[in-house]
Amino acid sequence: MMTVTTEEPLVKIEGLHKFFGQHHVLRGIDLSIKSGEVSVVIGPSGSGKSTMLRCVNLLETISAGRISVDGKLIGYREIDGKLHDLKTKEIAAQRRDIGMVFQRFNLFAHKTALQNVMEAPVQVRGQSKAAARTRAMELLDRVGLADRSGHYPSQLSGGQQQRVAIARALAMDPALMLFDEPTSALDPELVGDVLNVMKDLATSGMTMIVVTHEIGFAREVGDRLTFMDAGVVVESGDPREMIAHPQELRTQEFLSRVL
Amino acid sequence: MSHQATAPGHGGGPGTDQKTTDAPVLNKAVPVRHPGRWLSAIIIIGALAALVQSMLTNTNFRWDVVGTYILDVKVVQGVGWTLLLTVISMVLAIVLAILLAFMRQSENPVLRWSAWGWVWFFRGTPIYTQLVFWGLVSVLYPKIAAGVPFGPEFFSFDTSTVITATVAAILGLGLNESAYLAEIFRAGLKSVDKGQMEAAEALGMGKTKIMWRIILPQAMRIIVPPTGNETISMLKTTSLVLAVPFTLDLTFATNALANRTYLPVPLLIVAASWYLLITSILMVGQYYVEAYYGKGVDNLAPAPMNPAAAKAAVARTQSTEAAPRSPEESS
Ligand SMILES: Nc1ncnc2c1ncn2[C@@H]1O[C@H](COP(=O)(O)OP(=O)(O)OP(=O)(O)O)[C@@H](O)[C@H]1O
Ligand SMILES: [Mg+2]
Repeated sequence: MMTVTTEEPLVKIEGLHKFFGQHHVLRGIDLSIKSGEVSVVIGPSGSGKSTMLRCVNLLETISAGRISVDGKLIGYREIDGKLHDLKTKEIAAQRRDIGMVFQRFNLFAHKTALQNVMEAPVQVRGQSKAAARTRAMELLDRVGLADRSGHYPSQLSGGQQQRVAIARALAMDPALMLFDEPTSALDPELVGDVLNVMKDLATSGMTMIVVTHEIGFAREVGDRLTFMDAGVVVESGDPREMIAHPQELRTQEFLSRVL
Repeated sequence: MSHQATAPGHGGGPGTDQKTTDAPVLNKAVPVRHPGRWLSAIIIIGALAALVQSMLTNTNFRWDVVGTYILDVKVVQGVGWTLLLTVISMVLAIVLAILLAFMRQSENPVLRWSAWGWVWFFRGTPIYTQLVFWGLVSVLYPKIAAGVPFGPEFFSFDTSTVITATVAAILGLGLNESAYLAEIFRAGLKSVDKGQMEAAEALGMGKTKIMWRIILPQAMRIIVPPTGNETISMLKTTSLVLAVPFTLDLTFATNALANRTYLPVPLLIVAASWYLLITSILMVGQYYVEAYYGKGVDNLAPAPMNPAAAKAAVARTQSTEAAPRSPEESS
């Protein structure tokens, strides 16, 4: 283990801005996430949480600022202080080490749970089918769905689909996992299963950025809580401390509404 | 809060609440009557019977001539040529259409506009005109040469040796069809949820793989039914190849026989019967193709279970039955 003082953050977001046309959605976000840290992001609807997350794996282009993951600049190559766009292939390569879990699951509808999990390891990493299958079954078992491996997404409940989606992301052995409101589209009684899988993942040391409305999850699992509003980080700190004693008025108002 | 992976399959899994001791008394209700169905059936069967009777008794139909020519060598060869034209033109059209649909989605504006122009031209002019044009290409350009415009020439050939009547017919049918199919493919590609593309991108898949493995297979669900329709339509459009002129297809063969025998009606029946037969076969094929691409959405045939996992799940269900309140359920 390196000492804490010299440890570079795994994810470094510096001065991130995002425009959609004239719409200034992100207005200078700074955030660092250390390896193994669970960083929870909360904030009202439209505050730019999804947009920030999507910038990290380049589903959105970065209008201004820099994001680096594991010391590598995301989306650009810097030559003599000048930024050059990466090619599509290079961007794809950067995404391989970043797992993403979507609010609406986005499982491949024409593939079974097992095929969903095997797809990227075989097609992107070039693993053998046999090896990918064994690993996929392990992951499905880990999320409690080994007996659903042959089911198509439409035959699974929302909670089951989301757990398969988590397994699918994990199959690429990512260094970082992004969760965009993974439980918002679920019936209340299915939320627990998904949160349990995420807790398990956090315990195993995965670095995670989790956008969520589950304050309980932030309190229990989070290493850091960030409150965003109108495209800026309003407050960031220890989750338990911040939930109990929010410093900023906007944070207080938001927490009083969701708690 | 120590439980992490909840046991799946609980909550109404197979065999939990199925065992009832008393068989229930089944309801015996008087079903709703449907007099309209009976009435319409009587009318339609009556009309069909009248039609069949007239066809059998009216000697102008000359069923004996139909019988003589239905398996005539010229007719069967015509069927073969018609099938060949249909299949090859369709394959050409599908390949072009996929290319055009991808071009329409491309970020490269040159490709986007070329594809648009192609569809505009081939959809905007009659197929008959196009077929005649392809037949005349060798008159228009007796020699085709490859080289740099206004510059050196690499090789050349006589057009008429390459663009034979068959090739002209296939080009005419295929290029025209590609414009229609391109629009069908484009609609199909657009119908796939954007989330599918994003999920694949987030996994680091490349553009080509995303298209072929994720988007296109799902788009096929939307693409196959109208493409089946187009194939059947193509089968009959081949009867226009006389415009090239191409003179071996089914319609030309039966027309020639009709002109020779002065018996147009039985030979029309011969042609119609063959077209109907081929259409029926195509429809069966379409059914299977649709079922294949509908998997996961329309076609939810029993998902294959992992045998070992199934066994484990059954074992779990049984142990849950023995101890009805599992710890997961009570939390
Ligand atoms: N592709 C887009 N084009 C234009 N505007 C967009 C686009 N995506 C997001 N926006 C806008 O950016 C703003 C922030 O959106 P974002 O989805 O990041 O919010 P959010 O914090 O994730 O909200 P929610 O909690 O509802 O998911 C919103 O005002 C939204 O309308
Ligand atoms: Mg969002």
